[in-house]
Amino acid sequence: MRAALSKFWDGDLAWSWRHTPVAIVATLTLLVMLIAAFGADWIAPHNPFDLATIELLDALKPPVWADDGTTKYLLGTDSQGRDLLSALMYGTKVSLLIGLAAVAGAMLLGVVLGLISGYAGGRIDALIMRVADVQLSFPAILIALLIDGVARAVVPGDMHEVIAFPVLVGAIALAGWPQYARTVRGSTLVEKNREYVQAARVIGISSPVIMFRHVLPNVLGPVLVLATVHLATAIITEATLSFLGVGVPPTSPSLGTLIRVGNDFLFSGEWWITIFPGAALVLLVLSVNLLGDWLRDALNPRLS
Amino acid sequence: MFAFIIRRLLQAVGVMLTVALLAFILFQYVGDPVMIMLGQEGTPAEREQLRRDLGLNDPIIVQFYHFLANAVQGDFGLSLRQGQKVSSLLRDRLPATLELSIAAALIALVIGVPLGVYTALKRNGKLSQAFLAFSLLGVSLPTFLIGILLILVFSVQLGWLPSYGRGETVKIGWWTTGLLTANGWKHLILPAVTLSLFQVALVLRLVRSEMLEVLRADYIKFARARGLTKRAINFGHALKNTLVPVITIMGLQLGGIIAFAIVTETVFQWPGMGLLFIQAVQFADIPVMAAYLCLISFIFVVINLIVDLLYFAVDPRLRVGLGKSGGGH
Amino acid sequence: MSNILEIKNLSVEFPTRRGTLKALNDVSFSIAAGEVVGVVGESGAGKSLTGAAIIGLLEPPGRISGGEILLEGRRIDNLSDDQMRKIRGREIGAIFQDPLTSLNPLYTVGHQIAETIVTHLPMTWSQARQRAIELLESTGIPAARERIDHYPHQFSGGMRQRVVIALALAAQPKLIVADEPTTALDVSIQAQIIELLKKMCREQGAAVMLITHDMGVIAETADRVVVMYAGRVAEIGKVRDVIHSPRHPYSVGLMGSIPSIHHHVERLVQIDGTMPRLTAIPPGCAFNPRCPQVMERCRIERPDIIQVGTSQAACWLHETKEAS
Repeated sequence: MRAALSKFWDGDLAWSWRHTPVAIVATLTLLVMLIAAFGADWIAPHNPFDLATIELLDALKPPVWADDGTTKYLLGTDSQGRDLLSALMYGTKVSLLIGLAAVAGAMLLGVVLGLISGYAGGRIDALIMRVADVQLSFPAILIALLIDGVARAVVPGDMHEVIAFPVLVGAIALAGWPQYARTVRGSTLVEKNREYVQAARVIGISSPVIMFRHVLPNVLGPVLVLATVHLATAIITEATLSFLGVGVPPTSPSLGTLIRVGNDFLFSGEWWITIFPGAALVLLVLSVNLLGDWLRDALNPRLS
Repeated sequence: MFAFIIRRLLQAVGVMLTVALLAFILFQYVGDPVMIMLGQEGTPAEREQLRRDLGLNDPIIVQFYHFLANAVQGDFGLSLRQGQKVSSLLRDRLPATLELSIAAALIALVIGVPLGVYTALKRNGKLSQAFLAFSLLGVSLPTFLIGILLILVFSVQLGWLPSYGRGETVKIGWWTTGLLTANGWKHLILPAVTLSLFQVALVLRLVRSEMLEVLRADYIKFARARGLTKRAINFGHALKNTLVPVITIMGLQLGGIIAFAIVTETVFQWPGMGLLFIQAVQFADIPVMAAYLCLISFIFVVINLIVDLLYFAVDPRLRVGLGKSGGGH
Repeated sequence: MSNILEIKNLSVEFPTRRGTLKALNDVSFSIAAGEVVGVVGESGAGKSLTGAAIIGLLEPPGRISGGEILLEGRRIDNLSDDQMRKIRGREIGAIFQDPLTSLNPLYTVGHQIAETIVTHLPMTWSQARQRAIELLESTGIPAARERIDHYPHQFSGGMRQRVVIALALAAQPKLIVADEPTTALDVSIQAQIIELLKKMCREQGAAVMLITHDMGVIAETADRVVVMYAGRVAEIGKVRDVIHSPRHPYSVGLMGSIPSIHHHVERLVQIDGTMPRLTAIPPGCAFNPRCPQVMERCRIERPDIIQVGTSQAACWLHETKEAS
């Protein structure tokens, strides 16, 4: 394990990372946000969901550096007296969870379908690609909205909260699989004609084994780059859906929900309720995008 | 070439039929139209009458046929939320969305393409780096956040521009336009900029990466080896080859713009189809959702068709079969 | 005969994260007016880089780190971009390996030729177009008057390379750098294209630097040959001399590896080992690990180019034979 890790550290990818300041900053930022998000239960200064700890009298307090601010609520409070910093941390967790889950789902579905499509060829390939092409011409947000809307109509009102998460993750994942499928299919087509695949076939190794054990590792590079870009898109899509009111239920708000709630206070001067979640969202997405950009350049064989 | 057009048209019809089927399924099986329309009141006899009136007792194929026939004429029934005809609701809202979308698309093209070319040609300049950083920010900011920020700065703080609605509009036939009044223009600016920002960033990065790719091609190397001027190489050869794939992507992006108008219209309370759709989703107003779906699909399919034809016109390699193929050695 | 091109002690290096690599190390040779000089060697020996350096199209971060390139006696390695641009096409032309990707698919063949002519020569567009038709005809393309408005994809591989040759010669340069011009073509067409190149250059009085790894092509076509190895020159001489009496042990191996219909040969010569990578060039003579006649000196001191009869070889074997 140590040997593998030290080999990685000496490799080209790690070298590139060490020498790209932007990548280092982005990774560190992401790390901080990850820790803040998933460690929220332990390190958040307040628990915004515990009604017992919320004091209505502390509502609408500005951040600590403003006139009326206090160190108790570093980034101020919202209209109910909930600490914004803590809400941010929990919100980031929700946003990240959904984003990561959606990317995982899309990647799973897309990679498998892409492998099958590229390897099997013929009718199956044509069918899968046709579906992917048609779906690609529709923007992801529309597909996600539709799935969400239909689920909302089909499922009775009291079940809405329970199924909100899976539906959201499923909608974003379903909207995103074609890109993976297309990419993996392309790489598979190239690898399919390589000698190592033909050799494996000659020895009699079954197709699924060839696909997953031999071809898959070779097509993972572009998939990784796609996944980082997709993560950024997924987070934005979830935030947009939550902002529109059709995303996560209000009981576990994501950054998008927080922004929506805060929007109502924009005109009355309590800008922090919407701006801080907004800043957190931008920081998150920006870091992911920067990392994705670096990864794409580092893995590009022509730019070495 | 005709074979190509016929094939694409058939494909388009196929897609539309599939979408119509989806919409039909939505209509029929999601929620009970009779329950929705009559609610808890209504005797069993009334319910049965309504069933027959709506044709719900006919075989599925017949129902689908009726649905199609109505759909082609633009009749999608009544909105569950507002009780008006869906088609008239959509018709009223269409101009607002179209004007917003086209404005955003134009901004994206006019700013995105030249900047993309510039950052490709002057790769390492300070200005290029700045534009690239800006473009990264552009794709990292969700559209609704951009809208909120612009409202905060230009409406709340500076008070220069309005943040709500379309302003004064002029009615021409069934079309309402906000472009003929100064007030209408003022209302258009913030939403159009909001909607276009993501696209500007996207187009910039796209054009840049395409152009960088093209500049690495062998025919560019050969052009340099022939001593052609920088301008001839960059604009005559590289740019022309760059724009060909960019056209397709831009065309497809138009569809994305129309969809993202949903978010922009929500933030600015712009009375377009997107706002209508979102309200339909929140309310589970199936007829409106289904109709919006069909209309948007139709627009996308038409755009795709036009883009394909454009590609055909622009890339001589696709016109194989029309001219003589090379023979001999 | 004066020299149209002189390369003196040319060195090209590539700064990389692992240190600076010397891709060309002290390369010298010359090309006389109207002469056909072949530059032969394995992949990676530095032949294409030499060509790129001459026309000023070295890909960054590669750069010329030493030596001079002289065109008709004037230095061209230190010219500005704009000055070099005027030389390219007009005084030095270039042909690359793949005719399909060398032509812009969106412009007609005629447009691309006429554009080149108009850039360098004082002609109007219609005059240039007329000249383009003549050029196509002389490269043996039938129905040139119609084909001139065709796009590159409407030509077959061999035809395209003819178009490329027409393009390279359009502005009447004095030197053509041809980098593997036939490698991407069918064997049956290769000979035709080489013949065409020779004929047209002869008619225009242009010299040719023919870069290839195919010794057979050199044997058929060139007057003199430069053998390159690991970024250095191993041997220079008249083609007949180098083929029949190679002086450098590497050339010996190279010539022996060509099968021949005329002599009966038990086994083709094989040189053990491979050419060293740029990061691992041995001290002294770069060929010493593989040389069957290696001496102690070869491992320490890099050999100078020594005149051996009518050829020149970079080999210590011939030091004592300088007088002959």
